[in-house]
Amino acid sequence: MTPNVLRNLFRKSSTRLYPKETRETFERSRGELYNEIKDCVFCRTCARKCPSQCITVDTKEATWQCDPFACIYCGVCVENCPEKCLHQKQEYRKPVTKKGVIFMKGEIKKKHKKEAEDDTS
Amino acid sequence: MARTILPFGPQHPVFPEPLQLKLVLEDEIVKEAVPTLGYVHRGLERLADIRDFHQMIQICERICGICSTIHAQCYCQAIEELMGIEVPARARFLRVVWAEIHRIQSHLLWLGLFADAFGFESLFMQCWRIRERVMDINEATGGNRVNVSVNIIGGVKRGLGPDITRWILSELDLVEKEVRELEKVLLHDYTVKKRTVGKGVLTRDQALELGAVGPTLRGSGVVQDMRQLGYAAYGELTYEPVVCKDGDAYSRNKVRFLETYQAIELGREAISKLPTGEISVKVKGRPEGEVVSRVEQPRGELIYYIKGNGKKNLDRLRIRTPTFANIPPLLSMLPGIGLADVPVIVLSIDPCISCTER
Repeated sequence: MTPNVLRNLFRKSSTRLYPKETRETFERSRGELYNEIKDCVFCRTCARKCPSQCITVDTKEATWQCDPFACIYCGVCVENCPEKCLHQKQEYRKPVTKKGVIFMKGEIKKKHKKEAEDDTS
Repeated sequence: MARTILPFGPQHPVFPEPLQLKLVLEDEIVKEAVPTLGYVHRGLERLADIRDFHQMIQICERICGICSTIHAQCYCQAIEELMGIEVPARARFLRVVWAEIHRIQSHLLWLGLFADAFGFESLFMQCWRIRERVMDINEATGGNRVNVSVNIIGGVKRGLGPDITRWILSELDLVEKEVRELEKVLLHDYTVKKRTVGKGVLTRDQALELGAVGPTLRGSGVVQDMRQLGYAAYGELTYEPVVCKDGDAYSRNKVRFLETYQAIELGREAISKLPTGEISVKVKGRPEGEVVSRVEQPRGELIYYIKGNGKKNLDRLRIRTPTFANIPPLLSMLPGIGLADVPVIVLSIDPCISCTER
């Protein structure tokens, strides 16, 4: 028993003072969503595929909105994004005292990339 | 003293989740127990009507907060069977790796809670400290501590490279070393034995008759484990169910403790036999027909019944979780037990109420 007691007395603590102190993230961690809005074509694939329906896309207004409190961080939208503009950060969302949404506004693309290519050929 | 009815729960320090047991007592001895369920019903099966069958994977995964990947695996296996999809060998082995990692963390969580139920708080903390290492494996491989979200219909989403498998093996070695240190306390300590040996006995016949599953059944001496069916890659791994004969709280504790070693061993074996090749196949079409899929969860046999009608939504999804099957055996364990032992007996079936009520 004595070696156990001594070891536990002098060992480093197993816990940390979160959120002041955070652990290093893992490379594959699925954290908060972010959208490279300049590449987004507002196709609504992410909103359709999302199991928790936390993403709202307005094609006319060119806005992309995500409710991080409804998001389950499953990564389905990221996998299905045709433009590969949706990404997940490695860090989790920090605890907050007020709820909010991730709101992004982009520009309406006049023509879809593929259509533009078809026109030139 | 006259008969007294004592409500045990739904909010009680030993219960992580709400379950109410109305205990009929006579002089602090339980004569009868009547359960009340339904405090955390979420209607997840009904969601199959409005979410397509691919989205249901994420929903099934969230039925249980502890063995999430095994729920998703059971669901995917059912849909694959309906659609006649052959899963690549590598994906089958990877599913076993994640399932066994989940089993380790689930058993460590339970061992901690069980220790807490008989008032051994430092043991509870030790178990959960070791568990953190396993949760880190989950996060480093799947991307999340609990919901690894790796199962998809037709295989798995993420592969494991040689570097990461080497790291998992070294972590598993450390986990095993730390778990071995607990063996002396959990299995041989005088106080632990005093609280668990001979308490809540479920005989072999009772266990079979009442339909117990998982460690509750194996703790009563019945050799039955769904992994014997050889689903995923279990048919290609050496595996022998852990069985104890006594049927008391101690033997259920022992089964789970020894299963932790077994899960570590199975994880190692699956990694060492990991075949090369694809990790998923493309899925076309929609499920049609009826199927029943069974897997072994840390708590026992999990059954999914699925009826598809060739549309994107399923016709019916019915889930029977192991705790649901283990409640009748629990009720037969309680009569004759002192009130102070009730928490230990209730926890010895490893209740997962959110699972049960879906």
